[in-house]
Amino acid sequence: MSKSDINIKIKDREGIVHNIEAPTDMAMNLMEVVRSYELAPEGTIGVCGGMAMCASCQCYVLSETELPEMQDDEEAMLSEAFYVKDNSRLGCQIQITLEMEGLEVELAPES
Amino acid sequence: MITTDIIIIGAGPTGLFTVFEAGLLKLKCHLIDALPQPGGQCSEIYPKKPIYDIPAYPEILAGDLTDKLMEQCKQFKPGFTLGERAETIEKQDDNTFVVTTNKGTQHQAPVVAIAGGLGSFEPRKPLIHNIKDFEDKGVEYIIKDPEVYRNKKVVIAGGGDSALDWSIFLSDVASEVTLIHRRNEFRGHLDSVEKVQELKNKGKINLITPAEVIGIVGDYDVKAVVVKESDNIHIDKEYEIECDHFIPLFGLSPKLGPIANWGLEIEKNAIKVNNSLDYQTNIPGIFAIGDVNTYPGKLKLILCGFHEATLMCQAAYKIINPGKRYVMKYTTVSGVDGFDGTRKEAPKAVVKAID
Repeated sequence: MSKSDINIKIKDREGIVHNIEAPTDMAMNLMEVVRSYELAPEGTIGVCGGMAMCASCQCYVLSETELPEMQDDEEAMLSEAFYVKDNSRLGCQIQITLEMEGLEVELAPES
Repeated sequence: MITTDIIIIGAGPTGLFTVFEAGLLKLKCHLIDALPQPGGQCSEIYPKKPIYDIPAYPEILAGDLTDKLMEQCKQFKPGFTLGERAETIEKQDDNTFVVTTNKGTQHQAPVVAIAGGLGSFEPRKPLIHNIKDFEDKGVEYIIKDPEVYRNKKVVIAGGGDSALDWSIFLSDVASEVTLIHRRNEFRGHLDSVEKVQELKNKGKINLITPAEVIGIVGDYDVKAVVVKESDNIHIDKEYEIECDHFIPLFGLSPKLGPIANWGLEIEKNAIKVNNSLDYQTNIPGIFAIGDVNTYPGKLKLILCGFHEATLMCQAAYKIINPGKRYVMKYTTVSGVDGFDGTRKEAPKAVVKAID
């Protein structure tokens, strides 16, 4: 594991938990990390490419990890998405940083 | 029956550029797209967003890219079947294909190019347990003919441009328009938001926020919707609103759809093609180009779609003109002869003696 990687736990849509290492130095967001590990089939996540315009990367944040504050477009998209809970976030809006070591998320169902 | 040389399924950037490359080889194209306008994702999802990796354009808006591609292929007079989804494909005895849309429009050609992106855009349906029972019985996800709503009571749900724009439009048509959204804030063009505010103040739009529709009431067709108002401060309120139509407008999401059942080899929600040669699928005569295909090392980029379209057209030429000689020509050298009689060519060099 490289020094610039962090450990995160991702529960996929089948309920399987994956312990993965995510790079913090490649400007990747959580949606891209999920895609790079193929934890959800292509075409079912990151459909809009990461513009907060489709909600296909919605996830539930399970840990107390501090995350960047929600911006207007993420909030607007989540207000039109389905299966939204209080701990919903869009993976594409969460840039992976060293401070997120130990992050645990669950992918929301496809809709 | 519409007949052409290449049926292109999908009028996004890759499909549009195919028209140009095919035109250089004197092949005619007809495009089919489920969306009502060309451009695919570029015009449907992010027309106002910039793209930075189109060669020679340091920055171009997705909507402008669509316009430029339309302009570039115009002289090859592409046909369009828009607002219809390619549903079935049947191979004929003469080796041509007939592609039929969900509205029954038939197209025939010796070559089919699937440039379907992530699939055809389908409306996203809210999670209301009995909504399916009322589809086309008062529940519509897409407004096709606004006259249907004349003097009717209409409830619209959603917080984006389409919910705002249709609320504004229908406030002059329907007897009553109610707009329901989960938040007080709307994501739309500023003037649309302001217009809805104005119509609300005039009592022409009944605005309910933050709230959502959680049920539909009716025997056979829609009689009312159940609305839940919930703002995390006050006690939740649930009540019924009488209406004839409920129109949920929560955007569109792409689905591979019927193409998945055409007997093509599918992997990772994409169509497998031969990338070492011509982007042909496992069915000879059917090609897949752009975001819809997959092969080792595939990248879903517009610029890759352009390249794939270009090579695919060479293969299409060989199928349509078996044995006929051809060499690739540079447009700078040979110009571009349109099917509309126009000709573009490089100006001739000036030959003049210097005394």
